[in-house]
Amino acid sequence: MKILKTIIIILLLIPKISFADDQLERNKITKNLRCLICQGQSVYDSDSDFANSMKILVDKKLEEGLSENQIYDFFKDKYGEWILYDPGLNKNTYILWLLPILIFLLGGAIILKKLKFKN
Amino acid sequence: MKDKLVPSVIIISFLIIFLIFYKGLQETNIYTPKSEIKKDIPIFSGVKFDSKENVNSSEIFNSNKFYLLNIWASWCVPCRQEHSYLMRLSENNKVILIGLNYKDNFSNAQNFLTKLGNPYETILLDEDGTISIEWGAYGVPETFLIHKNKIVAKYIGPLNEELINEINSIIK
Amino acid sequence: MIYSVVGYYALILGLISGLILIYFSVQNFRNSEILDTKILSLSFLQLFFVVISFFGLVLSFVVSDFSNETVFNNSHTTKPLFYKITGTWGNHEGSLLLWLLVLTLFIFIFLLRTNNQSIKYKTLTTIFQQIIIIGFFIFLLKTSNPFNYLFPIPEEGLGLNPILQDPALAIHPPVLYLGYVGSSIIFSSALAATTLKMVSGSWATHIKKWTLVSWIFLTLGILLGSIWAYYELGWGGFWFWDPVENVSLMPWLALTTLLHCILVLEKKSILTSWVIILSIATFTLSMCGTFLVRSGILNSVHTFANDPERGLFILIFLFVLIFISLFIFFFFHKEDQKNSINLFWLSKESAIILNNWFMMYFLSVVLIGTVYPIFLDVISSEKISVGPPFYHKLIIPFLIPFLIAMAIGPQLKWIKSNLESKKILIFLLFISILISYLIVKNFDKNLLVNTILISSAFYLFFITVRDFFTKKFKNISQNIAHFGFSLLILSILFNNLLSSEVITNLKIGESYENSKFKILLEDIKQRDEKNYSSVIANFKIISSDGKINKMSPELRIYNQPNIVTSEADIKTTLMKDKFIVINLVQNQEYFNVRYQDKPFMLWIWVSVLLLSMGGILSFLKREYER
Repeated sequence: MKILKTIIIILLLIPKISFADDQLERNKITKNLRCLICQGQSVYDSDSDFANSMKILVDKKLEEGLSENQIYDFFKDKYGEWILYDPGLNKNTYILWLLPILIFLLGGAIILKKLKFKN
Repeated sequence: MKDKLVPSVIIISFLIIFLIFYKGLQETNIYTPKSEIKKDIPIFSGVKFDSKENVNSSEIFNSNKFYLLNIWASWCVPCRQEHSYLMRLSENNKVILIGLNYKDNFSNAQNFLTKLGNPYETILLDEDGTISIEWGAYGVPETFLIHKNKIVAKYIGPLNEELINEINSIIK
Repeated sequence: MIYSVVGYYALILGLISGLILIYFSVQNFRNSEILDTKILSLSFLQLFFVVISFFGLVLSFVVSDFSNETVFNNSHTTKPLFYKITGTWGNHEGSLLLWLLVLTLFIFIFLLRTNNQSIKYKTLTTIFQQIIIIGFFIFLLKTSNPFNYLFPIPEEGLGLNPILQDPALAIHPPVLYLGYVGSSIIFSSALAATTLKMVSGSWATHIKKWTLVSWIFLTLGILLGSIWAYYELGWGGFWFWDPVENVSLMPWLALTTLLHCILVLEKKSILTSWVIILSIATFTLSMCGTFLVRSGILNSVHTFANDPERGLFILIFLFVLIFISLFIFFFFHKEDQKNSINLFWLSKESAIILNNWFMMYFLSVVLIGTVYPIFLDVISSEKISVGPPFYHKLIIPFLIPFLIAMAIGPQLKWIKSNLESKKILIFLLFISILISYLIVKNFDKNLLVNTILISSAFYLFFITVRDFFTKKFKNISQNIAHFGFSLLILSILFNNLLSSEVITNLKIGESYENSKFKILLEDIKQRDEKNYSSVIANFKIISSDGKINKMSPELRIYNQPNIVTSEADIKTTLMKDKFIVINLVQNQEYFNVRYQDKPFMLWIWVSVLLLSMGGILSFLKREYER
């Protein structure tokens, strides 16, 4: 009991931690872009020529004021859907996103039928 | 009847999955980006190789002739191999060769051109590789055939006899 | 050269023993006396031949026998001896030989140690296992022979990828395969048990040991793979939802679910269908994984071989096994009607069914994410990528109820529980939420999601700790495993929340500074080793509290093959890891420097160790009780 109380009091006293993560947005975007000459690495993780050029270009586009989605559209236009790691919700990916959910709901329905709720 | 339904559905599903995997094996695994054919060329600006002055793409691709944009670098081995084809092509006055020097060291690039010849009317510098990405390229060498500000053909990898013939027949 | 010749003929003899074994088993199926001794000896003979063959390949590597094509392709005279040996299984053909080794080893030990089951069951298990083994023999001999002869004999080999010359990676395949391939015995015995209609509580007790062994090794194997990726690949990550990683995770998910179902089956005669299906599914997923990464159908960080001919063989082999299993399941297994009573909603049985439900959902997410791009490509020629965002979005929300169920489940009684004496559980839930909120509100990121997620992980954490004190040694293995899991989720979450990274370009003498630390590139040294030369960058890292760390990442230039690798320098302490890596920039004099501050990395590894410790304790308890 006492231990818990002390932990809570300590936590209440911790000041807010801010993160000087200057490249936050760029990192978020490059993590979502595939490095096309690597075997399965994101632009963020890779240090290949292509990845480094991509990082510079993403920085440039961010400076020009493009939003995250606009930058994704820009690269999709050049390289196709394959360059994005997040398969957005579009006509190609409805099944991808919905199938697991359907399986979950189906499983739930089967289980509900088998459970008793009263004695 | 219901008793047989579930097993049959499952067996048929697995058969379909098998067929899909089977077909999947036949397809090539190397990804080539969507066809760039008939797409507009990107608008960009770059620095000239020799004079180091800024120039806009609109100033370069400003006539109705065919243009061949070739991405190259002195450290790129296949670029050496295709260079003789480019030299031959530069004698054809139906097409203007534009070079894009990718992530290169200036004196190395100069040596390369001195030794093997300069087929390009204009060379632009792409020191950080971003102009190549604007073109949708991802490596060296890559070559684009342009007409009236549209991309007519794209070649990934070094040019060879067959591809040069193809280019020649397009630009006739 | 003699080693390869011996190895090759040993393989053929091994195949022949397998054929004899099947023939013999089928012929004498009803005659138990002959079978009992004979199948054990034949199985030993087969194992013996495979061991000889395996050592034939190892020795060929050790003496750098380049007349052997596999050795030529994957080794080099300048490689250190340790890596020459471990290079045996660092390639497609050699790793298949490892498959055979584990397959034959497991059936032999199974026959040796199974004493209280019928001889028909043992024979039938052997037959099914031999179908797998013979399939692999044929696969090896026909498409992936590790003993191909090269003439004229090359002077030097093509070398092994230096990224694979790492201690963790050296033992990762054997450990992983003991789990991955070891699940074959569960597959074979489940098929045998179904055919003989003996899937019951006592069979569950018998098979539980094997499930535990396979599970423990699979867990450790995955851990080793992640540790290798973290320390060696240079991007500071340990899991990327890459197809090869997913392919090892899927059998793990099925196996964990199977383990829980066996728990139930031991005590009551329900969930028999689950047990059979999961036993089949685990090994099927292993085979499916082998297909995905060796056929070239998927693009990934470490695909082994890209050969459609091999891919076709495995595909057909895989589906033959699937159809055999489906046939046996539907033909022989009849759901016992009188035992399918309805379960009370608040009971241990229903908690385990809930677990099954969620685990199958997680499994379907990973499976669909991994194979969907193939399906889309075949059907519509569209190519898409399915990466971490997909898996995170679909898994994380469901982890929340899952963690809470993991905490509450063990508290419930069999058949029926009531809610009265559960005030302490609700109290601890409240405390978890409070603590999580207080922690998360200090960060700017995603307050609601993170609070709820961390609360549920803390809840599991507190409940399992409390269970240590109240239940002491009763069910200690389950307690440690669940505690380990809560620690894993907490470590990953806090690591995610608290990590920071800087990417910058520095010349010698330059430094980068922000409010938390200063990175100074002091100097560059060069050094020559046996098979590479290295460029070492000496850094001084000064953190905001004045502490100074010296770190020295390297760039290694190998001569054979001609590649450059980046070796990160990682300082691991109890609370955090400091991670730094450098890279050359084309034609420039500066280096690209990536520095990461990663809290709680060590705890991620420790928590997985705790998970496997739970399994080990359960196994030892069983052995002790015998």
